[in-house]
Amino acid sequence: MSAVDPPAPRREIRERFGFLRRSYAMLIKEFIQLKRDRVSFAMIVMLPVMQLMLFGYAINTTPHHLPSAVLLQEDSDLARSILKALENTAYFRFLHEVHDVEDFDNLLKSGKVLFGVEIPRGFERAVRRGDRPALLVAADATDPVAASAAIGSLGMVVQTALKHDLYIGDPPEMPFEIRAHARYNPAASSSLNIVPGLVGTILTMTMLIFTALSVTREVERGTMESLLSMPIKPVEVMFGKIVPYVLVGFLQAFLIIGIGVGLFGVPVLGNLFLLALLSTLFITTNLSIGYTISTVVQNQLQAMQMSMMFFLPSILLSGFMFPFAGMPTWAQYVGECLPLTHYLRIVRAIMLKGASMQNLHFDTLALAALMLLAMTIAVTRFRRTLD
Amino acid sequence: MNGDNGIAIDVKGLTKSFGGREVVHDLSMQVKRGSIYGFLGPNGSGKTTTIRILCGLLTPDSGEGTCLGYDILRDAEKIKRQVGYMTQRFSLYQDLSVRENLEFVARLYGLADARGAARDMVKRLGLSGREEQLAGELSGGWKQRLALGACTLPNPQLLLLDEPTAGVDPKARRDFWNEIHALAADGLTVLVSTHYMDEAERCHEIAYIAYGHLLAHGTVEQVIAKSALTTYTVTGEGLNELAAALTGKPGIDMVAPFGTSLHVSGRDVAALEASIAPWRAKSGLHWHQSSPSLEDVFIELMGRSKDNFQ
Repeated sequence: MSAVDPPAPRREIRERFGFLRRSYAMLIKEFIQLKRDRVSFAMIVMLPVMQLMLFGYAINTTPHHLPSAVLLQEDSDLARSILKALENTAYFRFLHEVHDVEDFDNLLKSGKVLFGVEIPRGFERAVRRGDRPALLVAADATDPVAASAAIGSLGMVVQTALKHDLYIGDPPEMPFEIRAHARYNPAASSSLNIVPGLVGTILTMTMLIFTALSVTREVERGTMESLLSMPIKPVEVMFGKIVPYVLVGFLQAFLIIGIGVGLFGVPVLGNLFLLALLSTLFITTNLSIGYTISTVVQNQLQAMQMSMMFFLPSILLSGFMFPFAGMPTWAQYVGECLPLTHYLRIVRAIMLKGASMQNLHFDTLALAALMLLAMTIAVTRFRRTLD
Repeated sequence: MNGDNGIAIDVKGLTKSFGGREVVHDLSMQVKRGSIYGFLGPNGSGKTTTIRILCGLLTPDSGEGTCLGYDILRDAEKIKRQVGYMTQRFSLYQDLSVRENLEFVARLYGLADARGAARDMVKRLGLSGREEQLAGELSGGWKQRLALGACTLPNPQLLLLDEPTAGVDPKARRDFWNEIHALAADGLTVLVSTHYMDEAERCHEIAYIAYGHLLAHGTVEQVIAKSALTTYTVTGEGLNELAAALTGKPGIDMVAPFGTSLHVSGRDVAALEASIAPWRAKSGLHWHQSSPSLEDVFIELMGRSKDNFQ
């Protein structure tokens, strides 16, 4: 730019739609930066896929080859055929056969087995006499979900097996008693419950982190100073930073639900449009909260820590990990303040129960209220000066 | 505009403290429209803080004034539309290309045809063919030019440049200053902070600020004249020993080597001459009275202000 160059023609400055224009400028910029940030982009796709594979395949709450032991106090054909039947379900794997109560107890205590069946002395004879003897079941309760599911499945499995057993014939009722109440619901597969929950958890985590870093990154790179000296308002900065990630969140939700339906056979019984609409609301709520974090913290590390501090209770108290109704009252109150709680109800209801808007008024309003609250805090917290 | 009598910046009694430390103290200044105003002073003297107050990035603890006819306390938003601020640290987006950075600024200010405006600026900057290069990959000199281009894109009336040429090679610096003069000729007011004396001499007016206090202002000639500093230039043998012998003598405020010569300066002419008298006649040394350079004046001001404020 030498001094002899003719100056470029002066362009008029438009005053109308300034808000939209400036938000748009911010939005375009964020999109380009997102496109160029390969790591973040990979995270958008990899995170949901990885989590889904982990929760869907690795973490399984229905028992599968549960290490088991049997305390055999009588070596009868009936006992053998019960064990065979149990092993054939693939729920249990009998690693140890013991004849002494103390050995049996030690196996459980040491954690070598999680499950034990005790066949008492005189079991077969008692069955044939019609005395309904007890089949004792002991389970390691440190993994309560797996154990209770295993206990639950036991009765049905044994009965089915014995129906086809020539020794027993077809008795009108169970020839023996199992000392543990069967509460198994044969339809309750864990992926059915987890996939909709994962939509919410993954969206919470990624959305929160993306926007939690957005403002601090500008401050740390020194671009905030320049941005603040330009005529853009806090609310315009916020919209410009949130909108691109709404689309990102949408892509993630689509990915998770797609995999859930395709790979895990999770149904979507309700209206897909309603699901998309309320998911967008949930995504925006999380982005607003992340953005609020960003306006409060000093640097990117703090932003990550604060996101985690929000994320953990979201996972624990929202009903994703533990049944909401089982939590103490105070925890339920905390849970009601978390967007994930409301979204989990919404997404499970729409996907698994086919719920419509009529059933979801409260949770939708709660999400909207949380979003507005976060946005208000963010806009007031956003510092317009460097003071 | 706004009947400001051709004054772009008019502030009085600006004071700003950070954590109990006063960074700017009772600072008043006036900058004429269309002039290049140099802002000089040591590191940490309050130059950046003052510039930030002027463009609304910081709120002064006390003081008042106008910038382009707008009140600096109430009309920060209006000032922002008319002011281009170039920060000390490169503050364009490093992961955006040259074109994308310029388009971003053009859109933020609401320029009609942001793409066209960016295209024109790329051409004007001489960056044609490199518009898709990421800003972070440009060399230091090009970064500064791009930053200046981004500042001037929305046709501001006032440019605030915070040490724009720090770490830039002499050729790039000269081009940069040619551009600043061209912009000022177009009627733009430029406030520029710098450490370089040659750059100070390229300004229409200068102000010297140290430890938050404005110590001198005016044209270069006025500042030198007002300093009332008498300077003798000595050439010859044994200058190092001479410097050591003269330092701290009554009337001698400053002894500074300049290549093969030594500058000996003081405010009190009589005392100065008394102190140097024993060496005047010494063979091998050539003495002559010279006018102090701007650097002499500033270093003397700096030494004095240190005594007063620290």
